[in-house]
Amino acid sequence: METIKTDVAIIGAGGAGLRAAIAVAESNPSLKVALISKVYPMRSHTVAAEGGAAGVKKPTDSLEYHFHDTVGGGDWLCEQDVVEYFVSQAPVELTQLEHWGCPWSRTEDGHVNVRAFGGMKIERTWFAADKSGFHILHTLFQTSIKYPSITRFDEHFCVDLVEEDGRCLGVVVIETSTGEFRLIEAKSVIIATGGAGRVFRESTLGGIVTGDGMALAYRHGVALRDMEFVQYHPTCMPVTGLLFTEACRGEGGILVNKDGYRYLQDYGLGPVQEKPKNKYMELGPRDRLSQAFFFEQQNGRTIEHPSLGSVVHLDLRHLGAAYLHERLPLIYEMAQTFMGIDPAKEPIPVRPGVHYTMGGIKVDGNCAASLKGLYAIGECASVGLHGANRLGSNSLTELLVFGKVAGVNAARNAETATAGSSSASLLKQAQAVEQRVTALKTKTGGTEKISVIRKEMAQTMEEGCGIYRVEKSMQATCDKLAELRERFKHINIDDKSSVWNSDWLTAIELDYQLDVALSMAHSAINRKESRGAHQRLDGFEQRDDVNFLKHSEAYYVAGSTPRIALGDVKITKSQPAARVYGAAGEKADQERKESHD
Amino acid sequence: MTENLKIIEIEVLRYNPESDREPHLEVYKVPFSDDMSVLQGAQYIKDNFDGSLTFRWSCRMAICGSCGMMINGIPKLSCETFLRDYYPNRIRLEAMHHFPIEKDLVVDLSGFIEKLESIQPYIIPKEPRSLEQGEYLQSPKQFSDYIQFTSCINCTLCYAACPQFGLNPDFIGPGAIALLHRYNMDSRDGAAAERMELVASEEGVFHCSAVGYCSEVCPKHVDPANAVNINKTNAARDYFLRFLSPKGGSK
Repeated sequence: METIKTDVAIIGAGGAGLRAAIAVAESNPSLKVALISKVYPMRSHTVAAEGGAAGVKKPTDSLEYHFHDTVGGGDWLCEQDVVEYFVSQAPVELTQLEHWGCPWSRTEDGHVNVRAFGGMKIERTWFAADKSGFHILHTLFQTSIKYPSITRFDEHFCVDLVEEDGRCLGVVVIETSTGEFRLIEAKSVIIATGGAGRVFRESTLGGIVTGDGMALAYRHGVALRDMEFVQYHPTCMPVTGLLFTEACRGEGGILVNKDGYRYLQDYGLGPVQEKPKNKYMELGPRDRLSQAFFFEQQNGRTIEHPSLGSVVHLDLRHLGAAYLHERLPLIYEMAQTFMGIDPAKEPIPVRPGVHYTMGGIKVDGNCAASLKGLYAIGECASVGLHGANRLGSNSLTELLVFGKVAGVNAARNAETATAGSSSASLLKQAQAVEQRVTALKTKTGGTEKISVIRKEMAQTMEEGCGIYRVEKSMQATCDKLAELRERFKHINIDDKSSVWNSDWLTAIELDYQLDVALSMAHSAINRKESRGAHQRLDGFEQRDDVNFLKHSEAYYVAGSTPRIALGDVKITKSQPAARVYGAAGEKADQERKESHD
Repeated sequence: MTENLKIIEIEVLRYNPESDREPHLEVYKVPFSDDMSVLQGAQYIKDNFDGSLTFRWSCRMAICGSCGMMINGIPKLSCETFLRDYYPNRIRLEAMHHFPIEKDLVVDLSGFIEKLESIQPYIIPKEPRSLEQGEYLQSPKQFSDYIQFTSCINCTLCYAACPQFGLNPDFIGPGAIALLHRYNMDSRDGAAAERMELVASEEGVFHCSAVGYCSEVCPKHVDPANAVNINKTNAARDYFLRFLSPKGGSK
């Protein structure tokens, strides 16, 4: 097996991985960086983010406001020191991206413009029309080309980490175009592989969002934290799950039920305002909006569409074609191409779809995991920014702020780490990995189809870990996943070849997905309260700060179900309070302000 | 999605370098509903008939640029092309033209990536600015000068469409030239002169025979043909100005 030696290995070359690579290159150009991606970097799912990236911009805004919006939005399950650092660095990093060429949308006088977003008190979402993720990703990818110390391993699929004496010292990858295994030895390893939402059925996510990095760290003993918190985005295309950005509502779009009624006013988000108002109605947080949909559907007030199922209407007509083309050109095109709808003339049928995993690989504020030399960033990580519910537009900024933090810390670690004692032992591990992973492909007599197990996994996740949850269905999901885990042992892979064997790689992804799904379902059933995106209907409808103002930590147990522990939450200056929006939220804000004055 | 299924015949150009001497066609009968994309048709084949069928895909919404292929001979993104528009006729899927086939519908993109890397696709500041100084200002005119050319998703459909790239794989080609133009037109950038050398070089714009098919197939309306054309004019102007001024002609 070919061995490559580098200083910092980064798995995943989306927004977070690219930002980290640049940070390593800038902090020490003599360090070698191996940037590994199972696709080409510009295919990474950052590309599909639409609405924008949050960072304080307006003179009327403050870091304090951004902090409180984020912590309240996360239902107080955020690491508050992490949030404080994040909001302070957000404007710096977004400006840095502007210097690198990101085509942020502008005001008439040439400054970067900002738009309103859900759960944000002041407009602070920097945007590039409605292709913010696309532009951020391409800007970072193209900028990364400038640095000679970054070597890319495009279309290389990571199958394991190697470690020795409690230190992570490299990764094992398959080169997709040949099927050959390689060992990449490194002093620091950064995981930046994105989320895991494809374990669900209807999602906004690309096919590559399979939780690979989460499973890798998890199997090496690192906790997956807060995995029960899965975000349903309230406005997705039915059936496909494709995303209609929150910016539709930031720009003034409204949601109505079958009676043409703006139902959000019945769910603690009203009263209806004459003009869009921050933290009111459609500008509430995602968890609340998706939950409102659930009850509208239960009560028969959604529109029953013959082929699309239950939907509500996202109405943008009043914004006019010209404005929609300027601010939401992608949304316009998607509605036309995929649904045959002109959003300037007709409302768009939408319903919630899985969008984001708040939880992930547990790391500290330096993005360091419990395994020495291992770092994680972005959606695959849980640095503690999002708590129980992420606010829209915080995650794109997270890629930048913590991408940089991880890059700088991984560089420092690589500078000081003594050379690995035994390459031979790492190679031996890598060869064992090759044997195990190859056996998946070469074994014969399998009876289970990958596509069938994948479908059943997604179905059971939706049934047990959807917007509202009850013990019985969560238990059924845990049981079903255990069954699928067992059946996976008997899969059959049609393709036995070496070159571009996507059949095989998909099977490895499914293996990752099953582990991640198990961590989600078991974390969910263990949390006997309702908080943020985890809502129960079986006697635990309230938030329980006495017992559950705690992070869930799922630990891998080989051949068994995950072990779930509870971890402390860092609270600095925002004591848990009632999480309220609309008029009640404004009143609570006022009272908090007065008590501080 | 399952009601009233019709059956469409999908013919796929298959090629496995480890077992096939040359590519060959295979036909699959795929049940489909009117909302199904060509990509979903290919996925159906992979999930139900033959797991070895190989193609790239990810976002399903025409922004990641992975799923380009020839559909009845025309380069298209399979995720935003619909089976209903071909039914009841047979539909033929082939790897993108002008690229070496790696396997089935997957082509070797390494040449394109090298071209993209060669054009210095990043801001080389005209006037360096510290982060404390905040953002560069860009007037609506300055913004509109380049924004259209930022929309390229690197799907390479324009290369599959370009007859000149088909003849000479070293030609920088429409997509990379559009990206080069994007940086040259950006008011923050000051390296147009450096990039113009590549534009006017042997692999540069003068290969283009102005067919304009690249812009026709572009799914994002980047209009690379226009970028190539403007740069032909610029390069010609530079060529003549070089005799008149020691610094050459670019901005």
